[in-house]
Amino acid sequence: MPGSESALTQRSAISFVAEQIALGEPRANSQPSERGPAGNSIGITFENVEKRFGSLVALRNISLEIRSGEFVALLGANGAGKTTLLRMAAQLMKPTTGSVALTGTGSKSEDARGFIGFVGHSTFLYDEMSAEENLHLFAQLYGLSDASARAAEALTACGLSSRAGSLVRTFSRGMRQRLAIARALLHEPRLLLLDEPAAGLDRQGLAWFGTTLERLRAEGCTIVMSTHARNESLDLATRAVSLAGGRIERDSSTEGNPTKMLAELRSAQGGEA
Amino acid sequence: MKGRIALVLIAAALMVFSGYAALYVAPDEKTMHAIQRIFYFHVPSAISSFVAFFVVFVANFAYLGTRKAKWDWLGVAGAEVGVVCSTIVLITGPIWAHPVWGIWWTWDARLTSTFVMWLLYTAYLLLRGFLDDPQRKAMFSAVFGIFAFLDVPLVYFSNRLWRTQHPQPVILGGSNSGLDPVMGKVLLISFVAVLCITAILITDRYRLERLRSEFDELRFRAESREAERASKIPHAAREARVE
Amino acid sequence: MTTSRAAAILLAKELRLEFRTRELLTTTVIFALVVVVLFSFAFEPTAAESRRYGPGLLWIAFLFAGSLMLNPSFAREQSNETLDALRMAPIAPFAILLGKMLANFVFLAVAEAILVPVFAVLYNVSFSGVAGRLILVLGLGTLGLVITGTVFSAISAHARMRELLLPLLLLPILTPLLIASVEATASLLAEQPELDRTWVAFLAGFDIVFLTASWLMCDYLLEE
Repeated sequence: MPGSESALTQRSAISFVAEQIALGEPRANSQPSERGPAGNSIGITFENVEKRFGSLVALRNISLEIRSGEFVALLGANGAGKTTLLRMAAQLMKPTTGSVALTGTGSKSEDARGFIGFVGHSTFLYDEMSAEENLHLFAQLYGLSDASARAAEALTACGLSSRAGSLVRTFSRGMRQRLAIARALLHEPRLLLLDEPAAGLDRQGLAWFGTTLERLRAEGCTIVMSTHARNESLDLATRAVSLAGGRIERDSSTEGNPTKMLAELRSAQGGEA
Repeated sequence: MKGRIALVLIAAALMVFSGYAALYVAPDEKTMHAIQRIFYFHVPSAISSFVAFFVVFVANFAYLGTRKAKWDWLGVAGAEVGVVCSTIVLITGPIWAHPVWGIWWTWDARLTSTFVMWLLYTAYLLLRGFLDDPQRKAMFSAVFGIFAFLDVPLVYFSNRLWRTQHPQPVILGGSNSGLDPVMGKVLLISFVAVLCITAILITDRYRLERLRSEFDELRFRAESREAERASKIPHAAREARVE
Repeated sequence: MTTSRAAAILLAKELRLEFRTRELLTTTVIFALVVVVLFSFAFEPTAAESRRYGPGLLWIAFLFAGSLMLNPSFAREQSNETLDALRMAPIAPFAILLGKMLANFVFLAVAEAILVPVFAVLYNVSFSGVAGRLILVLGLGTLGLVITGTVFSAISAHARMRELLLPLLLLPILTPLLIASVEATASLLAEQPELDRTWVAFLAGFDIVFLTASWLMCDYLLEE
């Protein structure tokens, strides 16, 4: 594995730098990637974001810069605002005040949505359509040129190709979650937002998910993952941000030692899970 | 506060004066006699209802543009007052029609349009009743309100076209042509009076809505602080709804 | 991706979903039939009366059946938040609305295609010679119904009592459409059948006004 990767990395590093000069974007600390239309992963910046639902304040004073290539573990108790933050990053809702901006895309917002993958609390799947039909639909909507092939590929990758023609309605919880994750990854997003993605995954699914995350991480995809259960995937995280009461409580990037903070938080949450 | 009291007193005085004028000053109409006097409140109410609904339209538009809650409050105020004015038109119409033509109702363009308008804005208010989330409520009622306002001229024209094909007795038709000058003046006074009252009602209702909204906000804050103190855990735990 | 291409993809999806379950279509057709039959119990139409009241009856049946059929369209997207999945895709929000409108139009058109011949048989009304023009009137009227109906179903999907709320919102708005469609249809059933251009133009105008309004306001309809 390492040998071939470094060769690829070297070659793409050159083209990558060339692209950067062309785009005129300042470079952060992520690894280059040869996939995706822009060739580089994207980051997201929250500036003084507040989100209210009527009198309920879900997020307040959120100023956060997630740089491309980072793997951010988003921690916090139920109701802390993790889901709201992720949904906002996924462009599903706009902040009440403040701004949320994607960095590194260099284009207008519609194209940017094509770079984002989101795994939420719901599966985002049509129960009355088969697994293959679901993926085919989203492949088309994301403008992928060989939709059927990509759908079939994704099904094989997540181990569901034997059930490709079955309605999602007949799937178990674990299978649905796998398919939901496959759906999010279909268009090779450069920003992956995961809201408790391991929930409901069976053994096979967890293994596949772990491997997939590692691969994406190596390719330089920006990942923001929220979880409040003990999760091995946290090992891959380069940064931890914890929310409480809609505010940012701790941010490992400002504390200097992300691993230490992660370990602390992991042991603290281990008790909660 | 003092300004408002003065305004209410002026409106009340105008109302009393126009009532007196309508009953005693205006000359008797030659065919319809006394019942025709209802016209002095029927017509201004109709015009007030249009003004109120136009206010709703402007408020809806402004809300979609600015997302400021105050436009939503104005929308509700205008809609409620507009429904009241339309109700008055729909009640005074038949009261007038029955002694004159022997029928309670006719499907002429104007009455039908008023009825449909009444239905539309009642639907607007009912929609708000069935939506719980305040932002959605404001947003969706604004969208519906704009659709309703766009529909009103279509309702009127379709009825006009229809009526030219199937003529029916027209309730208001006769009185508009060749109005006696005294009648005209009395009409003007009652028009001003009714419009004043409409404006006062709208501003009061707006104020009520604003107070309601502020109260809800304060109560929510107090409740959350209470809960925080009681359980001694941060604000986060209360907002389970968020996730 | 262009809006029309995205709408076409979504239309295909809707048709596929409906073809699999067929629940919407069957219930719509049956309900409209029930309305038509009930009317025959309410009054006994002679041939001349059928020609007079027939168009009104037909359009009321379509309106009622249509308003019942429109709710499930958006309600379907709520079970797994699939609407959000569509909103996250790089397609214009209007494509989502347009896809639904087209799907609803197809469903209602199929129902009408079944219902009009049945109606013709039950009430001894002949549509021969005016079939083409009738299809035009049916098309324009149904279009207005689905345009406004789809918008309001997006609204009522978030409200309580949505089955009751949708007709409440929709039917008052559609009164001009009802008048125009009935009059246009009636003119085709008269002794000298002739397409009433004024009403057809009115219908087209109605459709354009509300389609434009839907397009301008679709962002507000779909946002969270």
